[in-house]
Amino acid sequence: MIQRHDSLIVSILGRGLIPVTQLFGLYVLFSGQQGPGGGFVGGVILATSMLLSLLIFGTDASQSRLAHRALHGDGVGLLLFVFVGGLCMIGGGEVLNYAALEIPGLDVAARRYLGIVLTQIGVALDVAVTGVSIVFSLSASNGDSHA
Amino acid sequence: MTFAFEIPLLVLLILTAASAMLVKDLVSSVFILGSYSFFLALVWAWLGAVDVAFVEAVVGAGLATVLFLLTLFGTNPKDTRLRRPPTPWAAIVGLPLLGLLLMYGANDLPEFGDPASPASTHVSPTYLANSLQDTLTPNVVTSVLMDYRSFDTLIETAVIFTAGVACALLLRRDQG
Amino acid sequence: MLELVGAWLLRPNVVAFVILFLSGFYIMVTHHNLIKKVIGLYILQTSVIFFLVAVSAKTGATVPILLPGANPVDVALYANPLPHVLTLTAIVVQVATLGVSLALAAAIYRQYGSLDEDEVGKRLE
Repeated sequence: MIQRHDSLIVSILGRGLIPVTQLFGLYVLFSGQQGPGGGFVGGVILATSMLLSLLIFGTDASQSRLAHRALHGDGVGLLLFVFVGGLCMIGGGEVLNYAALEIPGLDVAARRYLGIVLTQIGVALDVAVTGVSIVFSLSASNGDSHA
Repeated sequence: MTFAFEIPLLVLLILTAASAMLVKDLVSSVFILGSYSFFLALVWAWLGAVDVAFVEAVVGAGLATVLFLLTLFGTNPKDTRLRRPPTPWAAIVGLPLLGLLLMYGANDLPEFGDPASPASTHVSPTYLANSLQDTLTPNVVTSVLMDYRSFDTLIETAVIFTAGVACALLLRRDQG
Repeated sequence: MLELVGAWLLRPNVVAFVILFLSGFYIMVTHHNLIKKVIGLYILQTSVIFFLVAVSAKTGATVPILLPGANPVDVALYANPLPHVLTLTAIVVQVATLGVSLALAAAIYRQYGSLDEDEVGKRLE
């Protein structure tokens, strides 16, 4: 149960900083192929943006509703990763052999590129939701209800 | 890249780790640990591991500090002064001996920065050479992590999910 | 004996790794407070990851992101990417383990009212 921080400067800065952090997290996730970055860092930065709203505005505020809604997606990232592996098996190859994905109009190298992008999104979702979930667990006190 | 500039960073690293050990107030110790993570990220970026430095800076100096502080303030922030432990003679005698043994074994390691060391010769050149043709990905670390060795990443994602579930089972038992 | 010490001074990364590893181990073994033990565990884990990264460095090499237009790729120009992959996995598993250890410490506090190892031992009986 985290209370709202009572400084005006922190609230105003937070209102500007949280969307910028989320945008940066998405940028780092999708530019993981061309430069440093990738699924893990993108996921942790997205978790940090939701955590900022929890710490600045409190657990019950309307700005933290995204963090509460994100908890419903626990395990979706892992399911996405396994789903991509299953699609590769349906296409005729082994598990997670992206060259066997059945997408018309793409050659083998582009199929592997697409496979890497999909699994990175899965990893980022999983890491982000787990980060927020651990923060909720650590800040819950006795008799607290999860909205 | 001259590696001689790394020595002040290594000295700073050891100093922050030692002060995180010696400081008596726990909240200060956690903040010094955050600065230790930051210096570690600098050392890794100097050694050429930018992806690793990125992850360490975000995770170590960001998320780990927040988790520590949430635990400290969720238990009892007034209870955070430590008393001096009695002198543990077994650890003070035994651990430097272990250190000498480790250093004696480290003489057989390959020379630092050798391009022909065994870690860099067997599979790793094929990953570097074929990554752009096989997967159109210039970032070799991402292509190895998500394509050539994707099973490890799958199981590691399962480990992260399990850790989140374990925390929820430990601390959210009173809720519906 | 003297040439052994000289050989150690040529490998500052291994010296730093051994000092950090032993200090993390010392904190875990001797301090009473549970949170201090978790701090020692954190220093221990990061020192091992530091050793892995130090193995992968190459003199005169740049980061393992291929420069555009390099068709026969010169392998000695890039740092070894394989330990970086192991390290990425290790760091994220480290933060997950940190979360679980801190959750255990918080659950012990809720049950027994203290974070001190000796106090908890006394209250167990």
